[in-house]
Amino acid sequence: MVAIVDYGVGNLFSLKSSMEAIGAKVVVTGNAEVLRSAEKIILPGVGAFEDAIKKLQETGLDKVIKEEAANGKHIMGICLGMQMLLDKSFEYGEHQGLGLIRGEVRPIDEVIPKTLKVPHIGWNSLKFNKDKHEIFKYINDGDFVYFVHSYYGAKCEEAVIATAEYGIDVTAAVARGNVCGCQFHPEKSGDVGLKILKAFCEMKGE
Amino acid sequence: MITKRIIPCLDVRNGRVVKGVNFEGVSDVSDPVQLAKHYSDNGADELVFYDITASFEGRALFTDILKEVAKTIFIPLTVGGGINTLDDFDRVLKCGADKVSVNSGAIKNPQLIYDAAKRYGDQCVVISADVKRVDGVFRVFAKGGRENTGMEAVEWIKRCVGNGAGEVVLNSIDTDGVKKGFDLEMLDAVCNAVSVPVIASGGAGGVSDFVELFKKVPKVDAGLAASIFHFGEVAIKDLKTELRANGIDMRI
Repeated sequence: MVAIVDYGVGNLFSLKSSMEAIGAKVVVTGNAEVLRSAEKIILPGVGAFEDAIKKLQETGLDKVIKEEAANGKHIMGICLGMQMLLDKSFEYGEHQGLGLIRGEVRPIDEVIPKTLKVPHIGWNSLKFNKDKHEIFKYINDGDFVYFVHSYYGAKCEEAVIATAEYGIDVTAAVARGNVCGCQFHPEKSGDVGLKILKAFCEMKGE
Repeated sequence: MITKRIIPCLDVRNGRVVKGVNFEGVSDVSDPVQLAKHYSDNGADELVFYDITASFEGRALFTDILKEVAKTIFIPLTVGGGINTLDDFDRVLKCGADKVSVNSGAIKNPQLIYDAAKRYGDQCVVISADVKRVDGVFRVFAKGGRENTGMEAVEWIKRCVGNGAGEVVLNSIDTDGVKKGFDLEMLDAVCNAVSVPVIASGGAGGVSDFVELFKKVPKVDAGLAASIFHFGEVAIKDLKTELRANGIDMRI
């Protein structure tokens, strides 16, 4: 069973539906015990970093996620959920993240040409790094996925497994051991996105 | 590279899609779920649903359908029609919408965009404007294009973006239904005034109109159309192939 972390931020309808569409057993939960008993955890997120990380901390779920990551459970962050896996964020101030992957979250307009629009919205193609990561086993380099974001993962080079070109090579996905994250929305990326979720569901324990 | 987007728009009344012809594999083109799936399978980058129902019952039917669509297809969904309050945002977002498009609701209450953007994020709020030239000036029209608000359109759109709208749908009343091409002059004016994505609507008659749109107004992010897709005059796959052959980045 895959648990989608519900900490009162954003709308999980599409994510849950996309997991059901690939035949995954899925539960949307904010319950620590359910998260502990799940085989895998997905950490979603939309909105502002500070709000989201505070809600995770208030509910104590930040500790649960860190413990489960340390236990070797497969965890995938999506969009803001990916950003929260990093050490810290500079979205409206400076905020600590979960620190599961080295790196920080910075405004994308600092690094892209001024002619490009912010947020980075739309379908962009993936460029895989070095070895193709397991979550991409059913898709190809150059496949398109759907992005919506104004902040990006910086200083996380050693964990980057895919980028997307938007003036610069923007961090599209990261991984370190059993923890991974996608800046884009697999649940909104058509068949390509469903294949990424399927590959994540099939990952074997440590 | 980021691609330009092609977006079919489905008008829904009392739970059924208004207008539409037969497509292979779609037995009932007025079924929003079947038609949405057809478009998604054939390369649509995003879908827009407009609820043109007036009744309470129709509204409930619409949200049921939205849920069904969101369970079936996994591309971005924008929903508009009858969005006047934050509760309306909440109602459609809970059913799987990713973005909510506001038109008359923002004219009646400009604060709505600010409040919605604050609660759901800029990326979630789309300002949709119906614009027509009156004595050479772009004016915003309300009530489905029937009432001149007197507001200058570029200023209005800038104000909405300043309040937090993360995307603009610009529908030219002058070119809408004429099928002789998008309103390039109007689109250019809006694209030069705002830094958020702009979606062109109104006037698409064929493939060449989309080529012209993206070539002549390169800042435009997406082209939206309804009848040419519904009537089968243009197949999205063919359209995207042709656009790519013309050097325009497309997801194929």
